[in-house]
Amino acid sequence: MRKILPLLLALSLISSITLADDGQKYGGENRGKPLQPSQLNSKWLQECGSCHLAFPPGLLPAESWRRVMSGLDKHFGADASLTPDENREITAFLTTHPSNRWTANTAPLRITESNWFKSKHEGKQELPADVWKRPAIKSPANCQACHLDGGKSRFDEDRVSIPK
Amino acid sequence: MKKLLFLAGLVLPLQVVANPAQDAYRIAAKQESATFKDFSAQRGQVFYNAKSGDMSCATCHTESPRAQGKHNSTGKDILPLAPATNPERFTDAAKVEKWFKRNCNDVLKRACSAQEKGDFMAYVLSVK
Repeated sequence: MRKILPLLLALSLISSITLADDGQKYGGENRGKPLQPSQLNSKWLQECGSCHLAFPPGLLPAESWRRVMSGLDKHFGADASLTPDENREITAFLTTHPSNRWTANTAPLRITESNWFKSKHEGKQELPADVWKRPAIKSPANCQACHLDGGKSRFDEDRVSIPK
Repeated sequence: MKKLLFLAGLVLPLQVVANPAQDAYRIAAKQESATFKDFSAQRGQVFYNAKSGDMSCATCHTESPRAQGKHNSTGKDILPLAPATNPERFTDAAKVEKWFKRNCNDVLKRACSAQEKGDFMAYVLSVK
């Protein structure tokens, strides 16, 4: 037992550091883990997914989703309005499963504005600023252009292929 | 009787099959204008290709409603509009109206009239 005690102490120290790290990483603007629940909502998939990838709810905090869902008639330059029933159902799904690691008191409208996204996509040699304008990419909203498993909401770095 | 059947065989395939969404626009178009006669595929085609600012229906749906389109800002694929190549299109009146509302606002910055929606459908449904 005496031999194990320091080990246990060390382990508990590491895990508490990791926890604190989760809360503070990216200035508190971290994506959730998991990104989405195992039980998905079919309305969310169908409606959000008709113009872009149905972005996993864990990419933003609940307040962001409330802001997005209350302004769908002017949704980043497009009218994406829903019926009140559809809107209620999708808002409930998004705000029930928001990022569980977002501790900052911020609520951006765009996923690309989060510190987590920026830290993963900015200032990298393989991602020059004009990468988003390439014809096969068009927009940072087009996750699947580079993330080969994006359609399954998996964004692992070893499954990335950036079109020229 | 044989003659009649023969005639019916000639005429029936030419008749346009009724579409519930378009029927609703026909009722609305009559209310919009007392002089409404019918929808026109030719007018619909002009509407489909007409630019408002730098956008038209064809911007995303391509020049041919038979072809797969691409979302103008996100790049996401859009399935073909014409039932000739995508039979599911225009089978759900609520969905049809939802997309007219959105896309008329996007392209024309206003709602479309029932006449315009019906003409658009006449064109897209007629594409072989």
